[in-house]
Amino acid sequence: MSTIDAPPPPLTTPAAGEPVQPYDPKLTADEAPSRPFAVLGEFDNVDDVMAATHAAYAKGYRKMDVHTPFPIHGIDEALGIKPTILPWLVLSAGVTGMITGLLLTSYTMGIIQGPLPFVPVALEPYEYLISGKPYWSLAAYIPVIFELTIMFSAYTAVFAMFLLNKLPMLYNPLFRSDLMKRVTDDRFVLAIEATDRNFDEQDTEKFLKEQGALQTDLVTY
Amino acid sequence: MASITPGYDVTLQDPHRNTGDDATSRAPLVLGHLDFKGVTDRVSSVALAWPAVWWWAMFVPSVALAGLFFSLIGYLFATGVGIWGNNSPNMWGFPIINFVFWVGIGHAGTLISAILFLFRQNWRTSINRFAEAMTIFAVVCAGIFPGIHVGRPWLAYWLFPYPNQMAMWPQFRSPLLWDVFAVSTYASVSFLFWYTGMVPDLATLRDRCKNRIGKIAYGIASFGWTGSSRHWHRFEKAYLLLAALCTPLVLSVHSVVSFDFAVAQLPGWHTTFFPPYFVAGAIYGGFAMVLTLAVPCRYLLGFRDIITERHIENCCKVMLGTGMIVTYAYAAEFFFAWYSGHHFERAIFLFRLGGPESLGFWALVVCNCVIPQLMWVKKFRLNPWTILIAAMAVNIGMWLERYVIVISSLSNDFVPSSWDQFRATWVDIWLFVGSFGLFFTNFLLFLKFLPTVAISEVKTVMPAAHAHGPSHADDHEAHGDESAPKGAH
Repeated sequence: MSTIDAPPPPLTTPAAGEPVQPYDPKLTADEAPSRPFAVLGEFDNVDDVMAATHAAYAKGYRKMDVHTPFPIHGIDEALGIKPTILPWLVLSAGVTGMITGLLLTSYTMGIIQGPLPFVPVALEPYEYLISGKPYWSLAAYIPVIFELTIMFSAYTAVFAMFLLNKLPMLYNPLFRSDLMKRVTDDRFVLAIEATDRNFDEQDTEKFLKEQGALQTDLVTY
Repeated sequence: MASITPGYDVTLQDPHRNTGDDATSRAPLVLGHLDFKGVTDRVSSVALAWPAVWWWAMFVPSVALAGLFFSLIGYLFATGVGIWGNNSPNMWGFPIINFVFWVGIGHAGTLISAILFLFRQNWRTSINRFAEAMTIFAVVCAGIFPGIHVGRPWLAYWLFPYPNQMAMWPQFRSPLLWDVFAVSTYASVSFLFWYTGMVPDLATLRDRCKNRIGKIAYGIASFGWTGSSRHWHRFEKAYLLLAALCTPLVLSVHSVVSFDFAVAQLPGWHTTFFPPYFVAGAIYGGFAMVLTLAVPCRYLLGFRDIITERHIENCCKVMLGTGMIVTYAYAAEFFFAWYSGHHFERAIFLFRLGGPESLGFWALVVCNCVIPQLMWVKKFRLNPWTILIAAMAVNIGMWLERYVIVISSLSNDFVPSSWDQFRATWVDIWLFVGSFGLFFTNFLLFLKFLPTVAISEVKTVMPAAHAHGPSHADDHEAHGDESAPKGAH
């Protein structure tokens, strides 16, 4: 079912008086006594899943997602995904990297003569005379400043992307559905989450079937 | 991941060839009537099956060579750099030659993954993973050589600016320190670029792996990727930004490597012309290595429909083009030496033509400027044997180029009394050979355990990946409601 073979017990607390049913990993997602997470509908081509997504958006669903083996063009508009903040984070990291490089080279290579008050000896700068070149040789510092700019921005592009995507997240209720197995291969899954205000187990499932979903599945926590 | 959509020629007659020159339609990049599932199966079967005989036949000698490499490094640490042929004035010798050689090879991978991505060259998708892996393993080999050359390698961390009890800072005006920053940034950013692109494909392997250990390993490595469109949205943005950052990075790295030479005062080195010359040479040598690896792998891994003849042909064309730039650079160097009127500069270039290293020089001219001209002929660009001959010639020639640049200038400087010839020792030679063992060990492990082709990226350049595309390779019946809003391309 999932990569991590022992999912935690369902989070639902049974109503007062109801006997507590122990977690049974043999139960399928449909039988397990827990609250729903999402309804999934499987499609086998881009056109169908796009049409279904547009229809779902038109019907008022907002908390939904399309799981695909590769990025589909136009799905952002269909799902109403807002442009990510990532480029601004990368820009600010790049500017930070550039300033870091500028300060590092200028400070350590000696625009100031130590010792300085409150600066530990290990951090003291000194005027570093090499072949009679000026102490502040900006041209010679550019490679280091440039590399630090790239390093800060590239690290931010990667790590901020994963964090904004809330990854790594090794346990995800979606992995309990067999439909997710082929999402990394050749299938497209439209998932409508239970937290959506228009969500209803039966209605949403019926809606997905009407949109031509080959299979549907109710995923629970 | 972004790709240009319209105009794929899906009415192709022969499903196994796409090397036509018809400019009115875009040639398909995946052949053999493969659909999405076909691509997934073809690529993941390599990673999930028990390795083939050829894999073991190459892996065992590679590991042996890598073992020799590390043993010799142990010998070096125990004895000192005197076991090398380095002398005064040839202080640099093999370590810098091998360093420049391996870093240069890495550049083709970044060119394919970043620069061709920005240029929207969709054919890059089949070979970029592969070429990026080559980049990383080449940079690993490259990084070792200056590391073991510093004399006391256990103090190599002194290269980094950190507060210390000696109150010492590194010398930021030195090109060798620029190298530390350039190569460490390049290595780590290339790794992140490679790994980020690989996460969706690791998820594919996670979902197809039957073996429990593999499932857990791929599960952790793929970070819980679900293929969510919201994730893809940020992923594509991050990928584009990384490509845009890697493009100036890769050009800067070999420029900085060339500054190691150009900032020095030695005749034959002290020229403003080195950065573009070195970058072209790096891409030239890198594409030769891509071809050396890709041509056999197409056959051995069964990827002939994914890494098609057209991909190989395109690489040959890039190799030929950069080769012409390099040839021009050789000629220009001689012209500059003559036109400069500088006595020592002229002497160095006359030494190259007829001095003690002239054999190396003429061999490099044959390897880099003559043999690759085969690639002008289309028939030769489609024949794996002629491609391999040309690519191997360039591999050898690019190493010789660095040898000639380093040794001819160092051994004959301004004062004849300080001249000395360089003679490589057996340790020099086997350390270089051993570095190939390390490279191929890493590369073969990559071929076995990781997604060798960017599965998700290849799918984006297939016609069926686009809403309202001309046809669908898979046999579904129900089409979407045609009145539904169309996706913006």
